[in-house]
Amino acid sequence: MNGAASGALLSVRDLAVTFDTYGRTAQVLDGVSLDVPARRHVALVGESGCGKSVTMRAIMGLLREPPARVTAGEIIFEGHDLLRLKPRARMGLCGTAMSMVFQDPMTSLNPVFTIGDQMRAILAHADRRLGRRRSRAERHARIIAVLGQVRMPDPERIARAWPIMLSGGMRQRVLIAMALLNEPRLLIADEPGTALDVTTQAQILRLLRELVQARGLALLMITHNLGVVREAADYVHVMYAGAVVEAAPAAALFAAPRHPYTRALLDCVPMLSGGGRFRGIDGAPPDYTSPPPGCRFAPRCAAAMPRCRTAPPAFPVGPDHRAACWLVEAA
Amino acid sequence: MEFVFFLIRRLAWSLVVLAGLSVLIFLIARVVPGDPARLAMGPRASDVQVAQLRAEMGLDRPLPEQYARYIGGLLHGDLGRSLLSRRSVNDDIRETFAATFELVLATITLAVLIGIPLGVAAATWKDATVDNAVRLVAILGAVTPSFFLALLLQILAGYELHMLPTTGRMAPSISFVPDITGLMTLDALLHLRFDVFADALRHLLLPSLALAAATTGQIARITRSSMIDVARQDFIDAARAFGIPARVRIWKYMLRPSFVPPLTILGLEFASLIGNAFVVELVFAWPGMASYGVRTILQKDLNAVMGVVMVSGVFFVLVNLAIDVLVGFVDPRIRITGAR
Amino acid sequence: MAAPAQRLSAARQNWHRFSRNPTAVVGAAIVLLVVLAAVFAPLLAPYPGHVGAVVDFRARHHPPSFSHPFGTDNIGRDIFSRVLFGYRVSLSLAAVVLGIAVPFGTVLGLAAGYFGGWSETVIMRATDIALAIPPLVMALAVTAVLSPNLLNAMLAITALWWTWHTRLVYSITRTLRHREYVEAARLIGASRAHILFREILPNCVSAISVKVTLDCGFVILLGASLSFLGLGVQPPTPDLGTMVATGADFLPDDWWEPVMPGLAILFVTLGFNLLGDGLRDLFDVEDVR
Repeated sequence: MNGAASGALLSVRDLAVTFDTYGRTAQVLDGVSLDVPARRHVALVGESGCGKSVTMRAIMGLLREPPARVTAGEIIFEGHDLLRLKPRARMGLCGTAMSMVFQDPMTSLNPVFTIGDQMRAILAHADRRLGRRRSRAERHARIIAVLGQVRMPDPERIARAWPIMLSGGMRQRVLIAMALLNEPRLLIADEPGTALDVTTQAQILRLLRELVQARGLALLMITHNLGVVREAADYVHVMYAGAVVEAAPAAALFAAPRHPYTRALLDCVPMLSGGGRFRGIDGAPPDYTSPPPGCRFAPRCAAAMPRCRTAPPAFPVGPDHRAACWLVEAA
Repeated sequence: MEFVFFLIRRLAWSLVVLAGLSVLIFLIARVVPGDPARLAMGPRASDVQVAQLRAEMGLDRPLPEQYARYIGGLLHGDLGRSLLSRRSVNDDIRETFAATFELVLATITLAVLIGIPLGVAAATWKDATVDNAVRLVAILGAVTPSFFLALLLQILAGYELHMLPTTGRMAPSISFVPDITGLMTLDALLHLRFDVFADALRHLLLPSLALAAATTGQIARITRSSMIDVARQDFIDAARAFGIPARVRIWKYMLRPSFVPPLTILGLEFASLIGNAFVVELVFAWPGMASYGVRTILQKDLNAVMGVVMVSGVFFVLVNLAIDVLVGFVDPRIRITGAR
Repeated sequence: MAAPAQRLSAARQNWHRFSRNPTAVVGAAIVLLVVLAAVFAPLLAPYPGHVGAVVDFRARHHPPSFSHPFGTDNIGRDIFSRVLFGYRVSLSLAAVVLGIAVPFGTVLGLAAGYFGGWSETVIMRATDIALAIPPLVMALAVTAVLSPNLLNAMLAITALWWTWHTRLVYSITRTLRHREYVEAARLIGASRAHILFREILPNCVSAISVKVTLDCGFVILLGASLSFLGLGVQPPTPDLGTMVATGADFLPDDWWEPVMPGLAILFVTLGFNLLGDGLRDLFDVEDVR
């Protein structure tokens, strides 16, 4: 499903990932395609277990193989297919060309090293790879500067602190600082702040957006929070059961959702002005080890028809707007 | 600051354990059926002789008074007199303890230096050949009786291959007195006697290997499982996403948080290590406290036996205190919250 | 991941995991073999009479052969026969020690973990103290003061062994005592005994059984060490540790005399350890050692 295909910084094509468990194989990603153009904010939305995190881990090279296996597709970043790069070369992009903001600030920092030590290591290894020469003092100055940019009070003290001495919100800021330390071109954010309280999460999201905008970074944000998407994303991909079912500019998606799953998802969001219309989606996501034939949403879809036993391709339904549903073709 | 409180609490706790230990040992020695003086003098001694020894050792006083005297002595570091040789138990134990301490130190060093890399290797190549091999070695180490391993090492490396000496701490041809720390290897180095150092090391190798097997296996196993546990943590993924290379992730980011469980195990296992030292010292004729303990036990020299058990207990408590400090040093969570 | 629509039955999954775990299967086979050998020793032993203080000067120090698979000892007895009977001693030692120490330790652990307060303090501090004494040293001291024999050895080992089970059960109970189902049982007025033995104890069973399996090996090892030092089972009762000690005098020429009984100890402790290791994976109780 290509949005602004040619100019994309990151372009995932027909990515398929399986997991082997207890002698069974689960088709967890079934042909995922998405694009992140330079300087744009792209959201990947879907309920838990739909494969958002697996997609993101596949892009960052964090899948555990085994049990995971990439069986098909390509992940093109700045013209190179990451899946065909040598592990060393691929590792070389991590933290410098692309980086990531982790979801849970309580578990994503190493508990036995100070914040400063951990940030110093990130800088030092990146410097070595990129052939940058920097003194210890210069690295320290950089760390303090970035901690300041994420609005940390007293960065010197924070650098000397162990993670356990900081609150969740502060740790999340530290994680953002770590991701930005080497000025990556692409930032992937995995539901940032969901582990925190609502107020802190809002602050973190605002901060992240400001930092990304100011630097002109491309952002791929993974979330199940449609409110966040509406506020922050230029472009949205909706995932269901291991596939992207609809992709559209944010405004178009919210104004005229075309896939039945997207509509159901939007219906789930209680809206202040919505007049009490609020309902869930009946049924449960499919068993990935033996998914239904054809469209994976069909068993839960009110509009399902016999044709849905064959998987629908992504039909263009508007400028940069595609949906994978037979209903759309008929229209 | 919290760490200081943590240490003070551990220290206070160690004192409680030692006090309990003294009561327990005293009870075993005094309340068990049998008359220590009669035991010591043998069946052929006359009743008068036995009564004389009883009076001399204070065995005719009421139990609480005997305990008070015993604990009073302990507080002054006095373990009493041997019922047989009438020598001070302190002197005997002081002479033999250094040898045991050296053996135990060498054993722990071997166990850590072999066990941790084995555990790391097994965790890194989980479920591969390396992992299975390490697992087998760990299990074999844990289940082989120390005395049997000691005998096997003696036969193979000593009698068959003539590679290493099989008894004692030093070749009889060398005259050297470890007069600084009592540790043969260390004192040899301090005196710049490298020939003595090499010889002491050669004597140390087989007994410490025999003694280290069980602990090495445990450390390897625990290191493996705690590394695997840590490898699943988000912060290891995060380190990878931030571009930290695998070598650093394994040996620094994973190993350091994985240290606490093997260290704790080392502390708990330490008691059985001292126990095994008893049989290993006997096989290798190592002139240590354990050999002394076995000898005095066979001679039913109660004061000496109580001394040996008490010193083993103190040794255990001190080692565990040292491990607490080390654990606090390795893991700031323990240092800061004082939790364990 | 989505939950599998149809789950494999728990038993089938357990069996699948057990049978795919070679260490567990080998361990179970060894344990079974040793237990059968011990039970049927009088039938299996080629020279059942060699259990006692029989002397056969013509058969002294014979190397392993067809008629004496493990060779003969210094007074001409068949080592293989004595090993079979030695297993009886080892296994009964483990059975008696654990038969007393495990229930005792479990009840104290339940009490300390569930009631807390002073009972927790007293019981757990007692285990801390007991932990500081090497079991072998304790056993040595006790058997020296009393007289060295199998019964006193059992007594001495039991006196310390319960503490490990108390610590294990205590740590599990502590995590369970505020679980909803325990609170619920308390609210509906279940008796303390019901809560301890019907609600909490069943959750400790898998951990205890792993520990008991591993312990069998370690108690046998400890008993053998004690006999090796001459303070356990006394001759002429066949004991593996004593046989190693006696045989060691004839090293290195008559190597089989200590090596065969030594390997026999290794074999049984290995069996229990492999089995315990396999059960640990099966029950997923990683912390039990």
